[in-house]
Amino acid sequence: MKYVQQFLIIILVTALGELCHALIPLPIPGSVYGLVLMLVALMTGIIKLPQVEGAAKFLIEIMPVMFVPATSGLINNFAAMRQMLLPLLVISILTTFIVLIISGKMTDVLMRKGEKDE
Amino acid sequence: MNEFVAGIASFGILLTIAAYQLGAYLRKKTGSVFCNPMLVATATVIAVLLVFKIDYATYYDGARFIGYLLTPTTVCLAVPLYKQISVLKEHPVAITCGVLSGVVASMVSIFLFSLLFRLDHASYVTMLPKSITTAIGISLTEEYGGYPAITAIAIMITGITGHIAAEKTCKLFRIHHPAAVGLAIGAASHAMGTSRALEIGEVEGAMSSLALAVCGIVTVIVIPVFAHLM
Repeated sequence: MKYVQQFLIIILVTALGELCHALIPLPIPGSVYGLVLMLVALMTGIIKLPQVEGAAKFLIEIMPVMFVPATSGLINNFAAMRQMLLPLLVISILTTFIVLIISGKMTDVLMRKGEKDE
Repeated sequence: MNEFVAGIASFGILLTIAAYQLGAYLRKKTGSVFCNPMLVATATVIAVLLVFKIDYATYYDGARFIGYLLTPTTVCLAVPLYKQISVLKEHPVAITCGVLSGVVASMVSIFLFSLLFRLDHASYVTMLPKSITTAIGISLTEEYGGYPAITAIAIMITGITGHIAAEKTCKLFRIHHPAAVGLAIGAASHAMGTSRALEIGEVEGAMSSLALAVCGIVTVIVIPVFAHLM
């Protein structure tokens, strides 16, 4: 019964997140509110790590599978894609590398600097 | 064929999991980064639907149950983040600067490429939220008059690119600190990248989860400034 209780807590926080999304007029999804709520609950001790860890670990492990239903939806959007195929591909792919390198390098350099100062 | 499989409630779930397992098998066999399970699964599902003339709606009727799990799973990303919260407490400046530079780099580079391709306002704002999670990205596009369906595709291409190429790219550019690697992956490629970061390591997964949430929220705040540039 351990997992039933863990899923109950996770779904409860998810529902609270979705409630925030319904009440607050910002384009922030329920899942992001839920993530913040879960983190606050863990940090304040309202929820203890062992009360959610097992089920959370399972869900996180199978996470990549959960994208497949949505990514397969590309099949219905081939027409929309063709309209601006070249800029779409070039911008999407190149800017991913640009962001990866800039934010990664920035964090890496500052972290090393911080560790050296200590 | 469409009507036949429409009668099998588990069809969408079976196809999703089997296609993913095929991808996992191919990655193990070949070791190639392009045999990524998520990418192989997507291609396999699309191929099966096209070959057997099955409607996406028929497939999605079952598959949506797997898709919905993404919401509670994103909530669960708080768990690895909580376990690594000491990293955040020790390096608040590095992490704040990393996240902000990621959001700004994304917007500025999209603006410059849009100038290069002479995109109109609608196409430009369609691309602007492409580095963040789909739910936020699509509502922003709607608000600023873009095309939500294309934003969804751009977000997907971004996610797949990060999911596949992030690890090698970080190595190539000598980004070694696990927290920096994770943060970069989350900032550049949202939840799809994060699912890969979680496989690389605990610190990577935690920082990617953090970047995914914070970049999404920061983008909501700064996008009005960039949306009016063009």
